[in-house]
Amino acid sequence: MAKITFITTNNEEITLEATTGSVMELAVQNNIKGIDGDCGGVCSCATCHVHVKEEDFEKVGAPSEIEADMLELEDEVSDYSRLCCQIKVSDAIDGVTLKVVEE
Amino acid sequence: MNKSALPDPFEQARLEKGFGEMNDQNDPVKILLRLKDVRKTAKNWKTFQSGGEEIGRIVVPSEVHIRNTRQIPFEVDPPQHASYRDIVEPWFKRPLENDYQDKLKSIAETVIEGALTKDSLEIVEQFSLVIQSQALTVLLNTPFEESKTWIDWGTHVFRSEESALDGDKANILYDYIDHQINIAEQNPSDDLYSKLLASEIDGRKLTKEEVKGVMILTFAGGRDTVINTITNAIAYFAEHPESLARIKNEPEILNQAIEELIRYFAPLTHMGRVVTQDTEVCEHAMKSQSRVSLCWASANRDAKTFEKPNEVVIDRKINPHVSFGFGTHNCLGATHARTLMKVILTTLVNKVSSIDILDHEDNIEDLDQFKRKVGFHSLNVKFNA
Repeated sequence: MAKITFITTNNEEITLEATTGSVMELAVQNNIKGIDGDCGGVCSCATCHVHVKEEDFEKVGAPSEIEADMLELEDEVSDYSRLCCQIKVSDAIDGVTLKVVEE
Repeated sequence: MNKSALPDPFEQARLEKGFGEMNDQNDPVKILLRLKDVRKTAKNWKTFQSGGEEIGRIVVPSEVHIRNTRQIPFEVDPPQHASYRDIVEPWFKRPLENDYQDKLKSIAETVIEGALTKDSLEIVEQFSLVIQSQALTVLLNTPFEESKTWIDWGTHVFRSEESALDGDKANILYDYIDHQINIAEQNPSDDLYSKLLASEIDGRKLTKEEVKGVMILTFAGGRDTVINTITNAIAYFAEHPESLARIKNEPEILNQAIEELIRYFAPLTHMGRVVTQDTEVCEHAMKSQSRVSLCWASANRDAKTFEKPNEVVIDRKINPHVSFGFGTHNCLGATHARTLMKVILTTLVNKVSSIDILDHEDNIEDLDQFKRKVGFHSLNVKFNA
């Protein structure tokens, strides 16, 4: 079980719990504004961009090369950017905070 | 076992130079072939514009001589682009709603059940065109009966092949849309025409010409592309019954399967941009006012990103394909297309055990330097329950 907190672009804080699936799926199921997941989670559409809170980044980990190539072209890219379809829900990411990036 | 294969004609040029060249009615196009170049160029709308003065020039083959209406939001760049896109975006997200999906399901079930009763069925005209047209009535929220008119147009309406005849054919669509806009103006309903006529941009109503621009894009963008996707999928499953069985047994891979088929098919081979200032792409100088195209079909086979790029890996997990384009002008109809494929595949795996290909004629696009199979002119099959 992992607790994940999303901060939407209008600064709303929403904490959700899950055990499986991807963070994008969790967000879409709970209508987190700004996370669309158009491609269903295959790292093709970049509609699930988040900034991981700096102190949580180690828990979440760095993007793969393919994901980094996608992020590189995003306007709001930061050192803590991830596409959250590529973040698996697991105990390892319990307690992390993700700021939704809306294009 | 290779009738469903879509070979990659771009590989050598992609590796050696990174681009190809096409004459296109004496308005040459530099075709960008590498995934990274394609994505980077697609993102850079200032230097590689869609919304230039010459309407139809970003389409390859160019539609400059057969179209005077600007397609919206496709041929408009930021910042105006966003105002138009915001108007149409919610409408084109309706495919996520349950009742929309139920309507598509009923269409797919009826057509597939009908197909099962035939000893031989020509897929392009009698299956893909029918589903595409009927599904378009759901997207437009127009009466189902309208699909009969669109089916009667056949698959060759509004093709540009440099002849006056094609201009005439394009006019069939444009006149039809004018007529429908006039009807909606006099008797507003819940359809897309009426919705657009009632929409406002920067404090004023959309003009009829702007409404027409959105409607042309909706009709033209979602016709050949959807027909080729459905037809290629039927050919693929005919030759790969194991994939049909696998999706039935593991429905959780359905989304990956659809994205992978869409990557492999790349139903729109490429799309152009007009260069606004002297620049460089792929270490090659480009003059202002020249044309480039973003070759989605080649980018999707770039071995730098995709393992086994020429194979359909039905459960490919990381799949950053560009079949729906990339960046500002990404496909407005993608949600409709994805949902339609979801519904068709679900119905197919539940009702059809195998498909036999009886005969076929390939549809090969001629890009001068490259010849690319994009689908079929005809595909005769038998569906088995």
